[in-house]
Amino acid sequence: MSTLTDPPKPGFRLSQLIYDTRYRSITIQVIALVLIIGAFWWLGNNTVNNLNALGKDFDFGFLNSAAGYDINQRLIEYDNQMSHGRAALVGILNTLLVAFLGCISALVIGVFVGVLRLSKNWVVSKLMAVYVEGFRNVPLLIWILLIGAVMSESMPQPREFRGEDATQSMYFSDNVAVTNRGIWIPRLGFSNSISGEEAVAPIEGATPVASGGADWLLILGTLALSLIAIRYIRNRADKVQQSTGDRPTIWYQQLAILVIPVGVVLIALGATIVSPYLKGFNFTEGTHLRNSLIALWVALSLYTGAFIAEIVRAGILAVSKGQSEAAAALGIQPSRTMKLVILPQALRVIIPPLISQFLNLTKNSSLAIAVGYMDVRATLGGITINQTGRELEGMLLMGAFYLTLSLLISGGMNYYNRSTQLAER
Amino acid sequence: MSDTPVTYVRKEMLGQKAPPTSEVGPVRWVRENLFSSPMNAILTILSLYVVYVVVSHVGPWLVNGIWDADSLTECREIIAATGDGHHSAACFGVISARWHQLVFGYYPSELYWRPVLALVVFLVGIAPVMFPSLPRKLYIVTMAAPLLCFWLLWGGSIWLPIAIALGFAVGVVAHKLLDTHVSSLAAIIGAIVLPLIYWLYICGPLAGGLASIIPLGIEFVPSRSFGGFMLSIVIGLSAIVISLPLGILLALARRSDLFIIKTCAVVFIEVIRGIPLIVWLFTAQLLLNYFLPPGSSFDLTLRVIIMVTLFAAAYIAEVIRGGLAALPKGQYEGADSLGLNYWQSMQLIVLPQALKISIPGIVNTFIGLFKDTTLVVFIGLFDPLGIASAIRATTEWNGIYWELFLFIGIMFFISCFSMGRYSLYLEKKLQREHR
Repeated sequence: MSTLTDPPKPGFRLSQLIYDTRYRSITIQVIALVLIIGAFWWLGNNTVNNLNALGKDFDFGFLNSAAGYDINQRLIEYDNQMSHGRAALVGILNTLLVAFLGCISALVIGVFVGVLRLSKNWVVSKLMAVYVEGFRNVPLLIWILLIGAVMSESMPQPREFRGEDATQSMYFSDNVAVTNRGIWIPRLGFSNSISGEEAVAPIEGATPVASGGADWLLILGTLALSLIAIRYIRNRADKVQQSTGDRPTIWYQQLAILVIPVGVVLIALGATIVSPYLKGFNFTEGTHLRNSLIALWVALSLYTGAFIAEIVRAGILAVSKGQSEAAAALGIQPSRTMKLVILPQALRVIIPPLISQFLNLTKNSSLAIAVGYMDVRATLGGITINQTGRELEGMLLMGAFYLTLSLLISGGMNYYNRSTQLAER
Repeated sequence: MSDTPVTYVRKEMLGQKAPPTSEVGPVRWVRENLFSSPMNAILTILSLYVVYVVVSHVGPWLVNGIWDADSLTECREIIAATGDGHHSAACFGVISARWHQLVFGYYPSELYWRPVLALVVFLVGIAPVMFPSLPRKLYIVTMAAPLLCFWLLWGGSIWLPIAIALGFAVGVVAHKLLDTHVSSLAAIIGAIVLPLIYWLYICGPLAGGLASIIPLGIEFVPSRSFGGFMLSIVIGLSAIVISLPLGILLALARRSDLFIIKTCAVVFIEVIRGIPLIVWLFTAQLLLNYFLPPGSSFDLTLRVIIMVTLFAAAYIAEVIRGGLAALPKGQYEGADSLGLNYWQSMQLIVLPQALKISIPGIVNTFIGLFKDTTLVVFIGLFDPLGIASAIRATTEWNGIYWELFLFIGIMFFISCFSMGRYSLYLEKKLQREHR
């Protein structure tokens, strides 16, 4: 019909790049890309120029040269003639050690406090509230310094343990010594060690013992196998319960499988407890927990524990009362309601923030600098950088380590979230 | 059947008996709250014992505290002179003797009014944002506050902040002129580009020229003199104020449909969050000079503020992303169906609700950020902990630990705890659901 206007002419005008929603997103992204590439080029160019001006190159070869410094706490063999790379590895293991210990103790503290804070007991719940608010609202650094100061200033010196009229005594029938140089606890020695290390008598007249990685691997391997077997027994019991309605009694089987194999391995290795004792001016033998480790570990656990307590409390409160009432109406025993109804729902709320607290704890372990704990920041990011003048490379490697650790943990958490997520349309 | 009156029914009511003593008042409260079961009784006794141990050890130490002593030796002499000589007492004298240092660091003492005034200006500026019932005119202070605080703290010529402020005026004027005479697109581009050119090339010479013609200003104070709680507050507050808008933008970018923008936001957020703040602070200290043009160097305090801001922004972005994800899809679809464009729907529909949901998380991030300002001690700035070790290094106060830690801890506790309470107040006030 004649009233129809002409259809718009096909053709491309420049203003469409901005006003046409079909092209606008591409325009914006291209501009952003150009800006970002420009910024990176600028930064890279500056870095190259600055490095040239300083006469430095970009080279990771320093990792193979001799470190030349000692590390007082090491989980693997290390001395100052070994390479910077080895020193970095010692630091990484120390970081992982304090993070692992801290996560476990923070979880235990957090669960206890979180549950107790919900208690109907007024004194207990108030006490827990004071703990949680106190630790959450004061910087972690202050707690680390405070606990470090308590350890080094308020604890007795080793010489006070000496002599007939010693003013201090060891705890747990002469097995644990708490001093201002750290805490000594007993360790396990193996008289039939398979590690190939030379056996030495810890004290004159005692059986010579050694303790190596292979022994511990054997013990941990046995333990892992036992746990798998326990899981298998439990699954079988679940199947029996689902088919017959009766749950077989399995706790004694589980206990036996947990204890007996490890016990046999320990006896075969000839395990003996080696207690610390005073020799000269200091304690010797046993395991020495340094003040730096204790201050960092205790402060990290108490601080993160306060956060975990709030997460646990919120998780339990998030499960509505109707759930436990419904479980009771279905005739589920009160003892199993917690496991079958409340916990699965609470865990969905608890686990994601819990993992991110573990992540925080791991990153906060870099505050080790406050008490001189030799973590990765102190070795790779501290002494190595100072000795070699390789700030750029050292910081990059350290950043890469923390980033990898974080991404691994948060990747695992995302996987868990996806598997437990409630489906939305 | 006889109609004799039924005598065994009582005619008048008996008076009420008092309830048994175990069911009223404090006794009942104690029974129900403290000793309702054997387990509870054990817990109660255990907690009371813990409280007793703590109070019996720390109580006398606190109560006997010595407030007027000029050195640790003098304080110990006073303690030895009073009482039996065996009791413990705190030497709070260090706090009264070094109060100014703990609060202001090495800021010149005759200029203490400036940081205080800056704090007042900041509080007045933030008040209308925090409490909407206040008069809208206060927003004038809010807009002037950043530059005014900057000038009060660092001092120097008054022309620099004025010249910087002129940049905003340039932007506004450019937008108005171009909008009426050219096109709205040119107006937006002009409003962004012209002030940038102004700040980069004209602002500095202009301020310098004006200062040489009319030298008007107050004494310049270098960043090295900043310290104590003042430094924590300056770093903390500037990072808080800048990181919130930055975090919102990052969160929107991360949820955007534009692939490149989204990727950049994800990489930025994950890299920042994956690495501890202390590593970033060392980066600011050791590496920033590598990334900037040769010969340029700028203030360490400023670098720290930028690093802490970026760090907090990444965390805030994640909190707000949570809020955005928690909104029902219907809200986004509703905004689209009303025909609002992206920024309108974000501004009018999505962000107000998402921000409300994320308030607790945002405030928690701010609390964490404020606590993290203590980390700057490791790169040589004098935050309260840095001042504390400086005090400990003097001959008068060599060997004093607990009093300083206690004081600094309490100060942090007060500020962080009140921030937490404010977030609870805000949550309650914004609560729209029926209970």
